[in-house]
Amino acid sequence: SALERHPPHVGSPPGSLDRLAPDQSLLIFITFSVRSQDIRNTVGNIPMEWYKDYPHIGYDLEGKKIFKPIRNKDELDEFLDKMENPDYWRTVQDKMTGADIRLSDEQVDLVHRLQQGKFGDVNFNEYEPAIDFFSNEVMIHPVTNRPQDKRSFIPSLIEKEKVGKLVHAIKMGWIKPHRPKETTPQYYDLWAKEDPNSILGRHKMHIPAPKMKLPGHEESYNPPPEYLMSEEERLAWEQQDPEYRKLSFLPQKLACLRAVPAYSRFIHERFERCLDLYLCPRQRKMRVNVNPEDLIPKLPKPKDLQPFPTTQSLVYRGHSSLVRSISISPSGQWLVSGSDDCTVRFWEVSTARCLKTVEVGGAVKGVAWNPNLSICLVAVSYDDTVVLLNPGLGDRLVCTATDQLISSYEEPEEVKDQPVQWAVAEGEGHEQGHRLILKHPKAVRQVTWHGKGDYLACVIPDNGSSLQVVIHQVSKRRTQNPFRKNKGLVQCVSFHPIRPYFFVATQRYVRVYNLIKQELTKKLMANCKWISSMAIHPGGDNVICGSYDCRLAWFDLDLSTKPYKVLRQHKKALRSVAYHRHYPLFVSGSDDGNVIVCHGMVYNDLLQNPLIVPVKVLKGHTITHDLGVLDVTFHPTQPWVFSSGADGTVRLFT
Amino acid sequence: MGGLQKKKYESGSATNYVSRNKARKKLSLSLADFRRLCILKGIYPHEPKHKKKVNKGSTAPRTFYLLKDIRFLLHEPVVGKFREYKIFVRKLRKAYGKAEWSGVERMKENKPVYKLDHIIKERYPTFIDALRDVDDALSMCFLFSTFARTGKCHVQTIQLCRRLGVEWMNYIIDLRSLRKVFLSIKGIYYQAEVLGQTITWIVPYQFAHDHPTDVDYRVMATFTELYTTLLGFVNFRLYQTLNLVYPPKLDGQGEFNLKSECEEDYALESESYSEKLSALSASLARTVPLVEDEEAEPDHFPAEGEDLETMEAREKIELEQNKQKKLFEGLKFFLNREVPRESLAFLIRCFGGQVSWDKSLCIGSTYDETDEMITHHIVDRPTIDKQYINRYYIQPQWVYDCVNAKILLPVEEYFLGVTLPPHLSPFVEESEGDYVPPEKLKLLALQRGEKPREETEEEEEGDEEEEDEDDEEEDDQSEEEDEAEDEANLAEMEEKRAQGKRLSVKVTPGKVKQENRMRTEQEEKAEEKRLAIMMMKKKEKYLYDKIMFGKKRNVREANKLAAKRKAHDDANKADKKQNKKKKC
Repeated sequence: SALERHPPHVGSPPGSLDRLAPDQSLLIFITFSVRSQDIRNTVGNIPMEWYKDYPHIGYDLEGKKIFKPIRNKDELDEFLDKMENPDYWRTVQDKMTGADIRLSDEQVDLVHRLQQGKFGDVNFNEYEPAIDFFSNEVMIHPVTNRPQDKRSFIPSLIEKEKVGKLVHAIKMGWIKPHRPKETTPQYYDLWAKEDPNSILGRHKMHIPAPKMKLPGHEESYNPPPEYLMSEEERLAWEQQDPEYRKLSFLPQKLACLRAVPAYSRFIHERFERCLDLYLCPRQRKMRVNVNPEDLIPKLPKPKDLQPFPTTQSLVYRGHSSLVRSISISPSGQWLVSGSDDCTVRFWEVSTARCLKTVEVGGAVKGVAWNPNLSICLVAVSYDDTVVLLNPGLGDRLVCTATDQLISSYEEPEEVKDQPVQWAVAEGEGHEQGHRLILKHPKAVRQVTWHGKGDYLACVIPDNGSSLQVVIHQVSKRRTQNPFRKNKGLVQCVSFHPIRPYFFVATQRYVRVYNLIKQELTKKLMANCKWISSMAIHPGGDNVICGSYDCRLAWFDLDLSTKPYKVLRQHKKALRSVAYHRHYPLFVSGSDDGNVIVCHGMVYNDLLQNPLIVPVKVLKGHTITHDLGVLDVTFHPTQPWVFSSGADGTVRLFT
Repeated sequence: MGGLQKKKYESGSATNYVSRNKARKKLSLSLADFRRLCILKGIYPHEPKHKKKVNKGSTAPRTFYLLKDIRFLLHEPVVGKFREYKIFVRKLRKAYGKAEWSGVERMKENKPVYKLDHIIKERYPTFIDALRDVDDALSMCFLFSTFARTGKCHVQTIQLCRRLGVEWMNYIIDLRSLRKVFLSIKGIYYQAEVLGQTITWIVPYQFAHDHPTDVDYRVMATFTELYTTLLGFVNFRLYQTLNLVYPPKLDGQGEFNLKSECEEDYALESESYSEKLSALSASLARTVPLVEDEEAEPDHFPAEGEDLETMEAREKIELEQNKQKKLFEGLKFFLNREVPRESLAFLIRCFGGQVSWDKSLCIGSTYDETDEMITHHIVDRPTIDKQYINRYYIQPQWVYDCVNAKILLPVEEYFLGVTLPPHLSPFVEESEGDYVPPEKLKLLALQRGEKPREETEEEEEGDEEEEDEDDEEEDDQSEEEDEAEDEANLAEMEEKRAQGKRLSVKVTPGKVKQENRMRTEQEEKAEEKRLAIMMMKKKEKYLYDKIMFGKKRNVREANKLAAKRKAHDDANKADKKQNKKKKC
C-alpha cells in the first residue's frame, strides 16, 4: 500500500508538522501507528458523526463495510476501567475505526515533546550552522548571470521630464517649496480707511438680526416674590410643551449668590441663537402703531341728531305668548298686536290699555293696519287665513263707512276662478269684528297693505309652487297672482310708498317689480345668507334689509344693486326693521333683545350719500326661547318706536 | 394676439428664489460646507411672499434663498479654500495610509488656511456696523472661554476666546462705559455703551459645563471662528481709539506691582502675563501718556433739529453718567474667596474702585486683607470669624444693585446673614400701566433723593407705610381697571334700570333723584363710543379688537402680579405678628 512505501512518522518532515494544529498532528501519528492491524477506513477526512446512525463506520480498502466495534460499556464499566486499568490514561479511541488503541511508550514520548513545543524528531538539530549564499563576498561565479539592461546606463527620460517641469515651475514661482510666512499681524485696523463705495446695495437691503430679548425681573436669582410661580402655575408650566412656554425657565429664589447653580440650558440657548441667526428667514414687519381711538370713526354726536327714542316709557302686557307682529293705526292712536296665543289685541297707545281682544283660530303671524285714514280695517293672518277685522275703534263714522264699503260689494256677473276663497263673516265672528275671511291654499306669513289701502299683499312661503305672493283688491274682492314663476322662497313683500313698484325679498335677493309694465326693474344683492325683513324708505329710493346672519344692509337704489352700507350691530339674527315715516330714523330688532335706533338721513341732493349713525341701543325685552325682539314699528307721527318680543310684551320707547 | 405664450414659473418670483438644495448644487458644496459658508457670509433664507408660486405649484415645506445671495456667494474666495482643504485632507489620509511620513510633514506644513478679514470687512463696511453686531460675538466668546480644554473644540480657540474676552473687559474698564449688570439665574448680563452703541452680553457662572448631546458643535465652532475674528478687529480698533497698546500691556506701575509676585507658579512667561491681564486689577499701558486734565469740559452745541430742552436733557444725562462712572471712586474693596472674583473685580474697576483679593486665590492681588484702608469687604457666607472694625462686611449683591441704581445704596440691607432685598432687572423699563414692583418704587424714590425709610426703627410704622404705598398702587391700577370695566359697569347699570322699570304698579311718593352729572356724562361718552365702534369697518374693527385685547391682557397680568404681591405681604405680616406674640 501507499502507506508502506513511506516510512512512518519518523521520517516525516518537521515543517509539515509545524503547520498542523497539535491535536491534528497527533491524530496523524496515531493513524500511522494503527497500520499493522490493516483496518483502513477510506471515507477520508469527514465528520464521523455522519455515520452516527449506521452500524458501520466506513469502508476498508476493498470496499467492505467496517463495522463499529461492539461497545456495551456503560458509565459504570467506564469508571471501573478507569480505576482498574493501569493503561487507561494512554488509551485513546480511534475516531475512524471506533477501536480503542493503547499508545506505546514512543508515542507517549512524542506527545510529551509536542506538548512542550519541541520537534517531534529526537534527532533533529535545530541549531545547525547557516550557510550564507548571498554574502558580501564577491565570488568569481556570480549567483545570477544576467547581463545588465541598457536603461541602467542612460538617464531616464520620464524622470528628466518630470524634474524639468518641477524646476520650471519653481523658477516661474508656481511652486513654492515652503509656504510664504504670514507678514500681516493677526489683527490690524480693518476699518482704517472707510470708503463709501464699500457700502453696497446689499447692505441697504440687509436686515440685521434682532437682538436677544433682555431679561425681566423673573430671571433674577433673587426675584421679587410675586414673580415666583405658584404651585399650580408650576405644574401648568411643566405640562406645557416647551415650545409654547412663555418663560423658558422656572423662576427661582436663592438666598445668596453662592447658592446659584449652573444653568444647564446655557449652551442650548446659545446654540438656538446660532440657529436663529443662520436658519431663520428674516422679514421686515411693519408694526401697526396706531392709537386705537383713532380707528373709531368720527360720527356726529347722537345729541345733535335728536329727536329719537331714548327710554322705555310704556309696556303693553296681556299676551301670554310671543307677540309676532304689531301694527299701528294711521292716526297713531291705536296699536294692534298679534300673538301666538291666538289672540289679537288692540291697545290704546297713550295709556297702554287693552281695549279689545279678538280671538282667532290660530297663532297670529301677521297684523297690518290699513294705512288709509278713511278706512278702519286690520288685516290679520293666521294659519292659511287672512281676516279683515273692523276693530270699531276711533271715529264711529269711519267704522260705519268701512262696514258699508264692505257690505256694498256686488257680486260681478262673471265669476272668475280665484286662487283664494273670499267669504263674508257672519254670526259671532261678525260681532267680534270679522268682516271678510280669505282662505288661502297654504299658511300665510305676512300681510301688508298698499298705501292707498285698497290692495293687500300676502306672502305664502312655499318653495315648490309659483303661488307665493298674492295681491288682493278688497273693494272688488279680487285676487291676483302676479308671478308666474317661482324665484325662490319669498320672505317678505312690500309696496313702494309712492310709485307702482313692488318689492319681493327672497332668501338672498330683493327683486323690484314695476307693477304697471309688469317687469322686473332691479335685483338687489343683499350679500347675506337669509333675509328676514325689509323696509322701504318713505322717499322710496332706499331700502333696508335685515338678515338672519346679524346684518343690516342699506341699499341706495340710485347708487347700486349692492348694499351701500352693511351694519353688523346686532349679536344675533335680525327679526325686523322699520323706517320712520317722517323722521330720518330707522330701527332694527334682533334676537339678542336689543332694538337699535339709527339715524339714517337721506339727502335730496343726489350727490350726497345717506348719513347713517347709530344713535341708541334700546334694551328691555327679556330673551325667551332664544328669541328677543320679533317686530318693531314706528309711530306714524312721533319719534316713538314700538317693539314686540318673545316675552309676550309690547314696549314703547320714546 | 401675437407673441409666444408665457410659460409658467419661468419669470417672476419663481426665478428669484432657489431652494437650499439647488443653491448647494449650484455652488457644488456639501451641506456642511454650505452651512459654514452661509454662517460666515451672513446669508439667511428668505420667506417668499407666494410660496406656492416659488415652489412651482408644490406646497412642500422648503427653505428658499434669494438667487442674488447665492450668486453673491459664487465668487467667494473662501469657497476655493474649502475645496482645497478637502483635497488636503484626502491627500493627508493617503499619505498616512502609505506611511509616507515626510510627505505628511510637508503637507501639514502647507495646510491650507483661510482668513476671514475680507468677509468681516465686507459684512461690516463701517466700524459702527461691526460694533452693532458684537453682542452675540461677546456672549459666544465668553461661553467658549469657559469650556474645558479637552474635547469639544480646539484649545487654541478657547485660548483665543479667553484672550479676546479679557481684552474686551480691560477696554470697558478703561473706558468706564459699563451701564448695567444683572445677576440672572442663567448667567451675568452686562450692558455697556461703546461709541453710542448699547452692547449687552451674558457670561455664564464659573462651572464646568455638562455638554449636551443634541447640540451641533460644528455650527457653534463656525460661529466662533467668525466672532473671534470680528471681536479681534473690533478690539484692535477700540484700543487704538483710546491710545492703548494692542495687544494689551500692563502699565509700568501695575507691572512693577506684579513683578514681585510668585512667578514660578507659571511655566511660561507669556502665560503668567496673560493671567495677570485677566486678573483685571491693573490698568493698561498707553501709547500716548494720559494727560490728567479731566476738567476741560467740552462746550455743548445743540445738534441740528434739536431744541434747547432736549439739549439740556442730554446734558443732564451726560452729567449723570459721569457721576455714575465715579461711583466707587475712593472705595477700597476686598473680595473673599467664595465670591465671583472676576465679575466683581470687573465691576468695581469699571466704576473706579480699588479691588484686591487673597494672594492665594489668584495672581494680581494688590493689597492684603489686613489693609486698614479697606472700606468694603465682600463676603458671601453667613458669618465670618475675624472681623475688622473699620469696614463694612457686605454681600456681593450690594455692588450689583449699586451699579444699577447709580448711587451707593445703604449697606444695612446687605450685611452678612441678612435676607437680601430682591435683585431687580435693570433692563425692564416700565411703561404706563405696567406693574412696578414696590422695590423698584423705593429705589426710584432713593434716586430722586428722598429719604430712605427707616425700617429698623419700628416695624409697625414701616408696615403702615408699605400699606400706604400699596394703596397708592392700587389706586393707579384701579384707574386703569376703571377704564376697562367702564363698559361692563354701564351695561350692568342699564340692566338694573330696565329691571327697575318692571316694578309693581304701586304708586309711592317719589324721591328726588340726584343725578350725578359726571356719571351721566361719562355714561353718555361711553355709549357714544360704543355706538361709534358699531360703525367701524370690519378690518379696522379687527385691528381695534386686537389692540384692546392686548391692552386688557397687560392689565390683567399686572393685576395678577399685584394681587400675588399683596397676598405675599399679608402672609408675611401675619407671620411677623405671630412671632411677636410668641416673644411676648
